[in-house]
Amino acid sequence: MKLHSKDILGMKELTPGEILLILDTADSFAEVSTRDIKKVPTLRGKTIINLFYEASTRTRTSFELAAKRLSADAINISTSTSSVVKGETLIDTARTLEAMNPDIVVIRHSASGAPHLIARMVRHSVINGGDGFHEHPTQALLDMLTIRRRKGSLKGLEVAIIGDIAHSRVAHSNIHGLTRMGCRVTVCGPAPMIPRDVEKLGVSVTCNMEEAVRNRDVVMMLRIQFERHRASFPSIREYAKFYCLNEERLALANPGALVMHPGPINRGTEIAPDIADGMQSVILEQVTNGIAVRMALLYLLSGGSP
Amino acid sequence: MNKVVMDGEEIERSITRIAYEILEKNRGADALIVIGIRTGGVFLASRLRDKISAIEKREIPFGILDVTFYRDDVTKMDNKPKPGRTDIPFSIDGKKVVLVDDVLFTGRTIRAAMDALIDFGRPKLIQLAVLVDRGHRELPIWPDYTGLDLPSSLWENVKVQLFERTGKDQVVIEEEG
Repeated sequence: MKLHSKDILGMKELTPGEILLILDTADSFAEVSTRDIKKVPTLRGKTIINLFYEASTRTRTSFELAAKRLSADAINISTSTSSVVKGETLIDTARTLEAMNPDIVVIRHSASGAPHLIARMVRHSVINGGDGFHEHPTQALLDMLTIRRRKGSLKGLEVAIIGDIAHSRVAHSNIHGLTRMGCRVTVCGPAPMIPRDVEKLGVSVTCNMEEAVRNRDVVMMLRIQFERHRASFPSIREYAKFYCLNEERLALANPGALVMHPGPINRGTEIAPDIADGMQSVILEQVTNGIAVRMALLYLLSGGSP
Repeated sequence: MNKVVMDGEEIERSITRIAYEILEKNRGADALIVIGIRTGGVFLASRLRDKISAIEKREIPFGILDVTFYRDDVTKMDNKPKPGRTDIPFSIDGKKVVLVDDVLFTGRTIRAAMDALIDFGRPKLIQLAVLVDRGHRELPIWPDYTGLDLPSSLWENVKVQLFERTGKDQVVIEEEG
C-alpha cells in the first residue's frame, strides 16, 4: 500500500483507503513511544525540516519527536530567528532549503495554501502543519486515531464540533476526514463563526449548543482564536455563557462520550476546567497519539521513487 | 505446481521435538522466553510455548515482535510494508530468548529481529528456532533448532500454512509462474 501523493496537504486530498492506511500504521508506531528506548532505526539518514511561520508548541515538538524516534535528523526553523526577518520570501526560503536536500519539510504558515504552493515547486515531500484557516491534516488524523482507539471504529459515530468553525483549520480538516470515514458530523457555534454553505460538506449545523451535544459520541471543542478576532469579539463571558462545555451540557451527550480539544485550551472559556481534566477527556491522549500519527506519515512518505 | 513437503502430523512432531531440544539445551525452562516474529512466526511460537509450558507444567512468557522498523530496505520501497504491533509486555534483561520464525531464508529478518530485541534490553542469550530452513543465507546466521532442512531453488516459494490462518497445517513448495 502507498499514498498517491508525495505530499500530505489536506484531508480533502486523502481517500478513505489512505486514511485507513495512515491510522493502521500509526497504531503500530504508538508502541514505540511506550518503550524504555523510544527509538527505532527506520528513517536513519533521512532529513526532516520543520519550517514554522506561526507559533506552535505541540505540533512542532510532536513532529520533532516523531522524526527523532525514527532516527531521522530533525531541524527546526522558526521564522523569528531566520532569514525571513531579513526579508526573504517564502519561495526563496523554500528553494534554499530544497538545495540542502531534505527528504520531508513540514510547513506551518498563516496564509492558506502556502504548503501547496511550495509542494508544487520542490522535489521533496511537504507536510502541511497548518495553513491559515484552511487545513491541519495531522491534527485531524490524530483526532481520528484517538477516537478509533477509544471507540473501536469511526463508522456511524455522532460527532459535534463546537466553536469558531469559520476560522478553524482543525474543524475543516476534521469535517473532511470524519465524514469520509462514515461519522455524522454536526458543527455548532455563534452564527458569525459558521462558514457559509458548510452544509455542502455533508454536516449538520446548529447555533444551539445543547442541541449540538445531545446524543453525541464525541464532543470536539475548538479554541477561541482571539488573535484572529480582535475587536469583533463581543465578550468572553458572553461566549462562555452559551458555548462553554460544562458538566450540565456534557450530561446531554451519550454515556462515555469523548471530550476532545486540539489545544491550547482556554480554561473557562470554551471548556470548564473540571471537564478538561475529567474522566471523559482524551485531550492528553490526543497529544500522545499525535506523535504516532506523525511517525506514520514520515514513514509512509520517506524514500521510494519520488 | 504445489508440492507438500510437510503435513500436519510432521509439523506437530517437529514442534514437539524442538520443544524437547530447547529444554535439553537450556537445561530446563528457567528464564526462558518465547518470541514469535510477525507474521509467520507468531502461531508457531505460541504452539511451541504451549508445548514447553505443558512439559514443564508452568507458564512460559510469550511475546510478539514486528521487525518492520528494523528492516534494511524500507526507505527504498515505494509500497511500504504495513508495520504490525510489537507486544513484549515483560523485561527481557537476563532472559534466554527463543526467537521463532516459520521459514529461514536470507537471514535478514533475523538480523532485524535481533537488533529490535536488543533495543528492549539485554537478554542473556538469543536462540533461533525455525520450522523450515530453505538455505540461501545472505548473512552469517544459523538456526539452533530446525524442523526441516529443505534445500530450495531461488525461484521456488516455501510456504508454511497453519491451521490458525488457513484451516490446515502443511508446508508447501510453490513454483513461481
